Amino acid sequence: MALLEVRNLTKNFGGLTAVDRLDFEINEGEILGMIGPNGAGKTTVFNLISGIYPPDEGEIRLNGQSLLGLRPHSITEQGIGRTFQTIRLFRNLTVMENVMAGRHCRTRAGWLGAILQPKSQRLEEQSIREQAERHLQFMKLYEQRAELAKNLPYGDQRRLEIARALAIDPHLLILDEPAAGLNEQETNELMQSISQIRDSGITIFLIEHDMKVVMGISDRIIVLDNGKKIAEGAPAEVRDNPRVIEAYLGREE
Amino acid sequence: MDLIARWRKLDERYLYLALTILAVLFPWLVRSVRWTQVANFFFVYALLGLSLNIIVGYAGLFQLGHAAFYAVGAYTTAILSSRYNIPTFWLLPVAGLVSAVFAILISRPILHLRGDYLCIVTIGFGEIVRISLRNDASSLVFLSKIPGLQFLEEKLTGLVITGGPNGIFGINRPGILGFTFRQQWHYFYLFLAFVALTIFAMRRLENSRLGRAWTCVREDELAAEAMGIDTVRVKLLAFAIGAAWAGVAGNLYASWVTVIAPESFSFWESVIMFCIVVLGGTGSIPGVLVGTVGMIVLPEILREVLLNIQQWRMLIFGAAMISMMVFRPEGLWPSQRFRRELEAGD
Amino acid sequence: MGQLLQQLINGLTIGSFYALIALGYTMVYGVLKLINFAHGDMFMLGAYLGLVTLMGFVVNLGMAGLPFLILIFLIVMAVVAGVGIVLERVAYRPLYRAGRLPPVISALGAAIFIQNGVMLLYGARYRTYPEEFKVIIPDTIWEIAGARISLIQIVMLVIAALLMVGLYSFVQYTRVGTAMRAVALDHDTARLMGIDVYGIIRVVFLIGPALGAAGGIMVGLYYGRIYFTLGWGYGIKAFTAAILGGIGNIPGAMIGGLILGVIEALATGFVSDAWKNAIAFFVLVLILIIRPTGLLGERVVEKL
Repeated sequence: MALLEVRNLTKNFGGLTAVDRLDFEINEGEILGMIGPNGAGKTTVFNLISGIYPPDEGEIRLNGQSLLGLRPHSITEQGIGRTFQTIRLFRNLTVMENVMAGRHCRTRAGWLGAILQPKSQRLEEQSIREQAERHLQFMKLYEQRAELAKNLPYGDQRRLEIARALAIDPHLLILDEPAAGLNEQETNELMQSISQIRDSGITIFLIEHDMKVVMGISDRIIVLDNGKKIAEGAPAEVRDNPRVIEAYLGREE
Repeated sequence: MDLIARWRKLDERYLYLALTILAVLFPWLVRSVRWTQVANFFFVYALLGLSLNIIVGYAGLFQLGHAAFYAVGAYTTAILSSRYNIPTFWLLPVAGLVSAVFAILISRPILHLRGDYLCIVTIGFGEIVRISLRNDASSLVFLSKIPGLQFLEEKLTGLVITGGPNGIFGINRPGILGFTFRQQWHYFYLFLAFVALTIFAMRRLENSRLGRAWTCVREDELAAEAMGIDTVRVKLLAFAIGAAWAGVAGNLYASWVTVIAPESFSFWESVIMFCIVVLGGTGSIPGVLVGTVGMIVLPEILREVLLNIQQWRMLIFGAAMISMMVFRPEGLWPSQRFRRELEAGD
Repeated sequence: MGQLLQQLINGLTIGSFYALIALGYTMVYGVLKLINFAHGDMFMLGAYLGLVTLMGFVVNLGMAGLPFLILIFLIVMAVVAGVGIVLERVAYRPLYRAGRLPPVISALGAAIFIQNGVMLLYGARYRTYPEEFKVIIPDTIWEIAGARISLIQIVMLVIAALLMVGLYSFVQYTRVGTAMRAVALDHDTARLMGIDVYGIIRVVFLIGPALGAAGGIMVGLYYGRIYFTLGWGYGIKAFTAAILGGIGNIPGAMIGGLILGVIEALATGFVSDAWKNAIAFFVLVLILIIRPTGLLGERVVEKL
């Protein structure tokens, strides 16, 4: 059984069909890339999976469990972490606090625990900090942990978003254009990080326009155009697929 | 560096210590019933301000109807105390609980509303509560005109629950182990203890998992939800906890003045509480205290000092509100975060 | 049946007051996403200034007739429009980038200031519109199908209708009006199209308060009594009307005002006078929960 199954997924916005009977699977431990011209519906697919809006038709299953009708925070709790195309960090919080936020759904202390601070709560707070520090180290942001998120340079902000999503302890990490705006060195570091994340046991689903990244790290790629899947397979196959080339021809990329 | 920023450099803890010592000695230092009474007003409003600070400051929700929760706590206490003679201390948790339940019921359907709309709805709720309190159950007799509900006519005519525009009198004073609180300075220490307790609890809430969740929801609700924070639950909790505290303040107030009426819980009261939070410094505990001084104590001092401009008081007040926002929108003693948010022009 | 018709007539009359005030709220909210809490006081100012000018023209100078009514309206509306401009400059413009909370406090402060200013000038007790104004509009009443409608009501409905039609045409067909609609949708794009956004905002603060003032004069003429807290009660209900119709939507405010007026009249007549405000608030809450964009849909600035 695949980790994530998407069947017949359809979403209309007014008269526009953003996603059209999409069918695909993500297997445990793989890196699946999704490419396609602008407006092909890629981010919409992410938003449907993370529950930000409901599909008009179709089914989404994580480990066999349907995700339909669940609120986004429940879906996250099930084990899907994400980043956003336009970075959506908690700008006025520190780097550390941003990552700690990711631990929220894995911890339980409520208002009573906050006020009374029994031993269990204090231990939990400690573990939140330790986990957050671990993820910061992994994404090489530990030095900046007291900085405000909004003051970070762009590349670091992208990495922070990933660190925050990792703090959730996801099975599946979905990354929306993580390389956008990064320079060559940052891109290489990103590719390395993504590999390491996969090696740690997390499955990855990413949208990217940077072909070097997608072709370089993906195990498989699916291609979307106008909401439909037009190709699927190993990077080399997809790259030479005439329909894929046609979809990109004539578009400003 | 401006004066206020320099003050803030002092370790907040020392400041609290000094203030506590001064506070404890206050009735002895200032032997005046009148000023002790003013101090008691300060405490009640400080509690209200701190409770509203949870909703407006931490969770970032627009609340201009907070007087409703205050009223629910006060009237619950008043009715149960004056009619059934239940000791008011026992009613403290009851007042808090009833307010909290009330808050959960009315806020659940409106949580998804955008800031300004939420503001208007809360104003609406506040007024509905006040009008209901003023009209009392007997005014609902018109419902018996609906077919099938004729039996209501007999039950509702003359039924007094809230005491109408005149309110309720004869609320019991709080008592513990045989000792009844009667003098202003008795109440002073009672209220001081409550405020100290509240501040202690608030600081812990601020820096907890829940406090962080509130901040995340305030910063970017969608991102917070996507990171696994149940934003509905978190917002409900803000309303419930804020309301519970306001209800407790209502209980204390009712047992202090022993007579309450609907006009003490008007929109104007909600405005005062809102101003306390925003003018003092949204989201910051010292800010709320400073705000309470500004909104409650300062006018009293001015009243003594500048007798002849008494009638200009409100005019000055309005102008002061505008000026404060134009020149220092982050408030007198802003929390670190809110200042950062404003600096960016977010 | 006569009762129903009567309440309908009354409702439409009150509704047109609400509509005029609601227009001010909706326009300001449309271009600024700001609830102008001081707007109710523009309406109240109109009522008081109407009283003053009436005293001046009718009582002291002995003028009479419809043209002078028009003149009174024009003078008062102009003065209150001026106040509106000052209000915008002093209490709102400095706060356009300050977030959501400071403008609310500033607006409340302005409302308190204006209210108490009027109280100091004119006293805390209510004032009555002098009987003499009846020379301008005779106290004629007609009976139709068991309901009574007075000349005053008709005159006011006509004036209100003229003002609303005038505003609608202005917004739909003139350049400034179109610019207003553009600013209500997107400040930055409007600016890029060469529209003086701040100038448009000033226009809004001219027209809105002027309309509110007209409503104020009408309330004074209709009910005969005015007091300095008039702005609060009417203000919040007018805002309800604006939301009912769809905030930022000008036809919406008009329709919302009329509907709210009718609901209120029906509530007073058939339900209970004591609860009429609560019913209005309840309607407000209900709309916001069920359909916050209102009947005709909202038109507001898209702030990121």
